[in-house]
Amino acid sequence: MNETTGMILEWVIKGAVVAVICLIGFAYTTYYERRFLARIQVRIGPNRAGPWGLLQPVADGIKLIFKEELVPDKAYKFAFMLAPVLTMAPAIIVMGVVPWGTQANFFGRTIELGISNNLNVGILYILSVTSIAVYGIVLAGWASNNKYAMLGGLRSTAQMISYELALGLSFLPPIMLAGSLSLGDIVKGQQDFLWYFIPLLPTSIVFFIAVLAEVNRSPFDMPEAEQELVAGYHTEYSGMKFALFFMGEYVKMFSMSAVFSTLFLGGFAGPFVEQVPWLGPVYLLIKIIICLGLMIWIRGTLPRFRYDRLMKFGWKILLPIALINVVLTALMISIFGL
Amino acid sequence: MLESYYPIAILIGITVGLGILVMGLGHWFGPRRPTQRKNAPYESGMMPYGPGTRQMPIRFYLVAVLFILFDVEVIFLFPWAVVYRELGLFGVIEMAIFIFILLVGFIYALKKGAFEWE
Repeated sequence: MNETTGMILEWVIKGAVVAVICLIGFAYTTYYERRFLARIQVRIGPNRAGPWGLLQPVADGIKLIFKEELVPDKAYKFAFMLAPVLTMAPAIIVMGVVPWGTQANFFGRTIELGISNNLNVGILYILSVTSIAVYGIVLAGWASNNKYAMLGGLRSTAQMISYELALGLSFLPPIMLAGSLSLGDIVKGQQDFLWYFIPLLPTSIVFFIAVLAEVNRSPFDMPEAEQELVAGYHTEYSGMKFALFFMGEYVKMFSMSAVFSTLFLGGFAGPFVEQVPWLGPVYLLIKIIICLGLMIWIRGTLPRFRYDRLMKFGWKILLPIALINVVLTALMISIFGL
Repeated sequence: MLESYYPIAILIGITVGLGILVMGLGHWFGPRRPTQRKNAPYESGMMPYGPGTRQMPIRFYLVAVLFILFDVEVIFLFPWAVVYRELGLFGVIEMAIFIFILLVGFIYALKKGAFEWE
């Protein structure tokens, strides 16, 4: 086997592994959420399928495969089919630049843990890829030809693009500290210095809030405001197409948690990671699980925002705070010379 | 340099394939018994009323335009943030002027009531 085929095989295997990790992450995030929410609300949660209900996500998936899929008569068929894929795909593609570790030995071959750790435009890549998901939501709302779906789609689009500004600005302070757009360099910068959430605590809080709004999580879950809109932009979707939207939301929770951990919580860094590189993925997974737990905890605690307050909060409070954080970080670097 | 993009291209291919596979699973295994009522727009069991796509509030358009304005300006900050340490005092002052202009625009939009959703 020559070098080129080896490299291509390695890339295909790594891509498949990351996609499978995202899918398993999606399945067990739903399980984690249902169990954790149940505990918060003093219930037990799913515990029948398999030991401790561990097979519940599998049962749900199989059930959805055998459900009838409806396509409304008046829907725009092609856009209606395209929208779910367009919502789900970016969530997994984001994982392409998240580093899972440094170099490791794998059956006598040195491989890089992560798909493209040192992509020199890593952060811009994350920003642009996450924006694609907005197209999926607009298309879903419009192609359904249903007034509630249309309203839900418009609302979540306006929400996502408003919070994307605060998100984009909150990417800046870690870049300034690390001096690079590549996520591998940002992790290296944290190994040499401190985990960035310590010097950049306000930025990491703004980032986390913006991520909650980006993935349409409670308390920003406008698309699922059942009392106002039937089910938002995915009202007309059923069966596996609905599953794709659901997957998009949860995989995005998973991958944005990975991005948050990489930027602020040290990524794969942890004790002994230099000696045993295979610990990197384990540390990253632990940090992702902590972030997911925080998101679920917030869902179990806070009521939903009213829509006008949500927009006001995003534009009038979050955006100026994010801008001030950038200026403060600039001053901090030039005064203390970090 | 281009080498670091190949694995990402492969990942995109795998992901799109996965999406098509999931759609296919539902297509092959799901039953298909459409009736006229089932295929009507869902409005909580009521008879569908009026057209599906209607005029939308102009505010959404305003938000979209403001988003494009500010997003372009945020993108301008990225190259500055990368080379911030090398630029030194010059960089700080340049960007302070830029952010000040941004802020003036923001305050103008605020005073005009662009972010009000009564």
